[in-house]
Amino acid sequence: MNVAGARATFPFLVFTLHYRSMKALSKYLLVSLVVFICACSGNSWNSPYPAADTGKNILYTPFAERPKHLDPVQSYSSNEILLTAQIYEPPLQYHYLKRPYTLIPSAAAEMPVAQYFDENGKRLHDSADAKQIAYTIYEISIKPGIRYQPHPAFATNERGEFLYHDLTPDDIANVYKLSDFSHTGSRELTAEDYVFEIKRLAHPKLHSPIFGLMADYIVGLKEYSMTLQTAVVAQFNGQGSDAYLDLNNYPLEGAEAVSRYTYRIKIRGKYPQFMYWLAMPFFAPIPWEAERFYTQKGLAEKNITFDWYPVGTGPYMLTENDPNRMMILERNPNFHGEAYPSEGMPDDVEAGMLADAGRPLPFIDKVISSRDKESIPRWNKFLQGYYDASAIGSDSFDQAVQLTGQGEATVTEAMKRQGIRLETAVAASTNYMGFNMFDPVVGGVTKQGRESARKLRQAISIAVDYEEYVSIFANGRGIPAQGPIPPGISGHREGEKGTNPIVYDWVNGRARRKPIEAAKALLAEAGYPNGMDAKTGAPLVLYFDVTARGIDDKSSLDWMRKQFQKLNIQLVVRSTDYNRFQDKIRKGNAQIFEWGWNADYPDPENFLFLLHGPQQKVGNEGENASNYSNPEYDRLFEQMKNMENSPERQQIIDRMIDILRHDAPWLWGYHPKDYGLYHAWYGNVKPNRLSHNNIKYFRIDTELRERKRQEWNEPVLWPIGLGLIVLAAGLAPAVAVYRRRERGAGIRKREPETGKPHQRGGIA
Amino acid sequence: MLNYIIRRVLYAIPILIGVNLITFTLFFVVNSPDDMARMQLGIKRVTPEAITKWKQERGYDKPLMFNDAVEGTEKFTRTIFFEKSVAMFAFDFGRADDGRDIAHEIKTRMLPSLAIALPVFLLGLFVYIFFALTMVFFRATYVDFWGVVLCVALMSISSLFYIIGGQFLISKMWHLVPISGYGSGWNAAKFLVLPVIIGVISGAGASTRWYRTIFLEEMGKDYVRTARAKGLSESLVLFRHVLRNAMIPILTGAVVLIPLLFLGSLIAESFFGIPGLGSYTIDAINSQDFAVVRAMVFLGSLLYIIGLILTDISYTLVDPRVRLE
Repeated sequence: MNVAGARATFPFLVFTLHYRSMKALSKYLLVSLVVFICACSGNSWNSPYPAADTGKNILYTPFAERPKHLDPVQSYSSNEILLTAQIYEPPLQYHYLKRPYTLIPSAAAEMPVAQYFDENGKRLHDSADAKQIAYTIYEISIKPGIRYQPHPAFATNERGEFLYHDLTPDDIANVYKLSDFSHTGSRELTAEDYVFEIKRLAHPKLHSPIFGLMADYIVGLKEYSMTLQTAVVAQFNGQGSDAYLDLNNYPLEGAEAVSRYTYRIKIRGKYPQFMYWLAMPFFAPIPWEAERFYTQKGLAEKNITFDWYPVGTGPYMLTENDPNRMMILERNPNFHGEAYPSEGMPDDVEAGMLADAGRPLPFIDKVISSRDKESIPRWNKFLQGYYDASAIGSDSFDQAVQLTGQGEATVTEAMKRQGIRLETAVAASTNYMGFNMFDPVVGGVTKQGRESARKLRQAISIAVDYEEYVSIFANGRGIPAQGPIPPGISGHREGEKGTNPIVYDWVNGRARRKPIEAAKALLAEAGYPNGMDAKTGAPLVLYFDVTARGIDDKSSLDWMRKQFQKLNIQLVVRSTDYNRFQDKIRKGNAQIFEWGWNADYPDPENFLFLLHGPQQKVGNEGENASNYSNPEYDRLFEQMKNMENSPERQQIIDRMIDILRHDAPWLWGYHPKDYGLYHAWYGNVKPNRLSHNNIKYFRIDTELRERKRQEWNEPVLWPIGLGLIVLAAGLAPAVAVYRRRERGAGIRKREPETGKPHQRGGIA
Repeated sequence: MLNYIIRRVLYAIPILIGVNLITFTLFFVVNSPDDMARMQLGIKRVTPEAITKWKQERGYDKPLMFNDAVEGTEKFTRTIFFEKSVAMFAFDFGRADDGRDIAHEIKTRMLPSLAIALPVFLLGLFVYIFFALTMVFFRATYVDFWGVVLCVALMSISSLFYIIGGQFLISKMWHLVPISGYGSGWNAAKFLVLPVIIGVISGAGASTRWYRTIFLEEMGKDYVRTARAKGLSESLVLFRHVLRNAMIPILTGAVVLIPLLFLGSLIAESFFGIPGLGSYTIDAINSQDFAVVRAMVFLGSLLYIIGLILTDISYTLVDPRVRLE
């Protein structure tokens, strides 16, 4: 078409109101509609899943945030571990049903036993004093016959040579995802693979979050990191920054394979908590072939990396990784097998949790995690049956949960009608309000100042009513904390012994918050009678640092101001973004702040270290954000951390908690409760806050799910009909007017056949 | 015309440098390289050594814009700003902080964005112009009056309301289409119906009024009176004369948008679970991923400039009087 022609016809190309075009368009729309409806057949119209998946044994879950790392050496966030824990098998795992949390073997043949040695290498008795112990050795034997999931990294030709370890640009020209490699292979898991992963903790190209901690314990790991750094510089200078560094060529003193199925980890001193780390993906096996495969040139540009395509021996393997849309786990055909636990807690029998005892795992064939960033679509898809479980957001809480007369949470009638049930569990975490002990007002400088500040902190501890906070702002989902250790973790005490006597009185068998007068008396003793500085007469003003929040949090901040107002203390809220907030905490510029901690493992050490002096944030970059330090507490911590759970250890913990309650470096806040909703077809669910490899235990009644989905999602067609009627009714007078005006015109549209206008009257 | 286009392309270079400078400044006013490292390395157990190493590997261990520790031009070239900008102007977007290749992500996410934006754009253009012409045709009648009232009402409602309301009515109550999600190939169609309908409706108020104003202005001109005096029917006047003459302002608003369709919609993609570039940008802002934010802003500016050039070219197609010199 020439330019002139284009000029003339352009408006009509864009705006095709011509009758013929309209007719054609209508035809296309009709055909499209038919195709669309056909595509939906066999499935509810609003089903987000293909009809081919109907009735299949699939678990459907949503995820909001895309995981950053799936390499077990790096992944630490809960949303990442939810995936890696199904794929990788560390030597140990938590028993699914038993409480308190109990470690059992996973890939290990049996539970490893710590062997203690002195400086001369002499074996010590198990009850030896921690000061005598120079080294601890864990010798771990794995089950033979475990095989990796099918993966191209293992694929070999008839001569046993790897097919995909020397890829050229031509080889990967048409490769866009891992499944584009046509061959896969597998091999048996060996002890060397576990050693390989421990070495990777020190790899200079990988940023393992636990390297700093493990370098303090695993013998030689710190030096190993420097060795690898040197090797990296030497090797990479010649071969580029992504070249493969074969860790098998660099031995590590603290981790070695002693046979095909046994390896040994050497720990500096005594560190009983190390066993818990052995249940985390950080200590899962990694085959060297996988690392060799992924470090080939060109694959990273196609996003085919070890960080995104894990290679494990667990019950599932990641077959589709599109973190923008969907992650799919499928049953690993090479999984060595495991049986559903045959023992649990007394309640578990009644709850039917042991009905599958002894049956082979996993029960579910496939897990489809779809990305839904917003809570509203997530919640509605759960109600429609397209997600099998859901968390409860604050906006849907009232719709989902009600409290019984006894104050117990249960699902609402609407949820009950859908067969939805509620599972609750106190999280192994704590949300607290911290005081910066370096602050002159709330921490104190001189001895007298510190004493005064302690009383001030105690007074505030009484005044801030966390029972009310939990009730109003957490919908009752939490229990006010009496100390840093949450329920379910050894060291936590219930009843009167577990009650904080600074804040509560024990009355009629239950803790009752002290009256505000007690707080006012403490405040006066602190030198601030009625909230006024006794020396200057100035009102006491305190500063509360929080991360920038939305309008929804205004009420909770107002509530907090009111709590301080009970003591006539003015609370100034300093809101800032998370980066600045962290910066303030690191530099010790905050006065009062809110923070929380989720347990890594079920040991009190994992909470009590948050107030250990040498872990101070300021100067040491530790996790002690309050910068609290008490010599007796620190001494007891050192003593306690190396002990096994025992009455002696409990005594020490009790003393430590007493010190903390007296010094009140935190308002102990509350331990949140997790609420989860599950459809009737979702079975074998027992909330387990520390173990993440739970999908293998779950069961889905697919028949019931399909029936309910059909029942709940019948398309409602009358609105379409009504819309068409309204449209027709609205258009009819307009069309009539249009036709009338057209008839009244002298010259009307050209006839397409002749291109000549109709003429009417005498106007030409 | 070629000279004109070359000149416009050259003008684009300082604009892109300026946009890059502003993006860089704004980003690093709010975030520091340490913040970025912490965001990527996590909250728990992050050591200062790990942060230093992370920054070194990604080139964030240098000064932002001026390096006092070196001599000569290196004071400017051995900085984060220079090193990151030069690569980007060569269309080497590098890697996101999570290690994924940005160019690859942009390529794969462009299609889902386009899958929503293009139907919304075309259908919207058709519907808005149709309704605007209808209101003009029935001007000064109850159709025109209530049409304007409806437009004002539609304009006054937040787009978020349309999204939530649409999801509630069409997906939750009537079960006609999925609430959110995306499929590959033709499976994507059923996921696009709702966002496209909502996209068209949410823009209807403002756009229809805008087109109506344009058409009314044209309707008052002499050539329209002449056409009527000649005895042409109202539809011929509207479609053959008014519409064609109103094309320049229509093109001004429409053609410039065409390249931007690739960038998707920030809110709609998040709510409908569409894995497009809008959603990618939001994720990058939330995770403080400067590499992605910078790449997306750069791409946005570039496409906008291309859109403006295309608009200029399109003027010459619809109006022979316009010459690009």
